[in-house]
Amino acid sequence: MTDHTLIDFAIVNQSGPLGTANAQESLDMAVAMSNFGKQVSLFFIDDGVYQLVDSIVPDKIGRKAFNKLFAALEFYDIEQLYVCRDSLFQRHLSASQLSVDVKLLPHDQFASTLAKHKSVLVF
Amino acid sequence: MNSLSSLASNVIRLSAGNCMQYSITYQDKTVETDKLGYLLNVKDWQSELAPILAEQENIKLTENHWEVVNFVRNFYLTFNTSPAMRALVKAMAKEFGPVKGNSRYLFKLFPKGPAKQATKIAGLPKPAKCL
Repeated sequence: MTDHTLIDFAIVNQSGPLGTANAQESLDMAVAMSNFGKQVSLFFIDDGVYQLVDSIVPDKIGRKAFNKLFAALEFYDIEQLYVCRDSLFQRHLSASQLSVDVKLLPHDQFASTLAKHKSVLVF
Repeated sequence: MNSLSSLASNVIRLSAGNCMQYSITYQDKTVETDKLGYLLNVKDWQSELAPILAEQENIKLTENHWEVVNFVRNFYLTFNTSPAMRALVKAMAKEFGPVKGNSRYLFKLFPKGPAKQATKIAGLPKPAKCL
C-alpha cells in the first residue's frame, strides 16, 4: 500500500462496550463490509478502548459476548486495529490488558493514520 | 452406518404446528428449530443429531464432513459467531492447510453452501449474509 492510496473505511469506536449497542453494531458493520470486499480498519479512542479489555464479559449481564469476535477478525481480513495510546493511559490501562494485538498510537499519529481512509464512520 | 440410518428413520419431519413452531423429534427428544431447520438453541445439539440434520440436506456424513462440522462448532463456541463462507475458508486454511481450506473442497462436501449446511448440521444459527 503506497502513501497516496486511501483505504476504504475507518470505523472509529469511542463508546464503551456495554452502555449502548454501539460496540456490537460497529463490529457487525465491519464484518459485513469486509464480506463485501471492502478494506476496513478499526480505531479505538476515548471510552472505546474499553471494548478491547479482555476482562469484560458482556454475557454476565445478559448481553451477547460480541467481543469474542475480535479474536476472529483475522479471518475476516480485518487486521488493522489502532488504539489511541493516550486514551488507554488516561484510563490506567495497558496493552497487556487487551484481548487482541493492536497498534498503539500516540494521539497525533492516530489522527494522521485516520486521515489515510476514504470514509470514516464513528460509533 | 446401519445404526445411523435406523436413527434417521425415527425423525418426524419438520412439523409446523398451529403456532408456527418447528421441531425435530428423535429418539425420545423433541428439539425446536426455526423454519429452515436450524436449531433454536445451540445447547440442544448432540452428535447423534448431526446425521439427522445432514439427512435433511441430503448429505451422508463422512469423516471429512465431521471434521468441518466439529470445526464450525468450535469456531462458534470460541468466537460466538457462525463463520460465513470467507471466514470459514480462511480459518480452515489456518487449521488444516490449503488442501482443505479452499472453497472447492468445501463445496464438494456441502454442495448447497458449506457455511450454510455445516452450521446447520453442527446445530448453530445460520451465519449472517452467507452464501
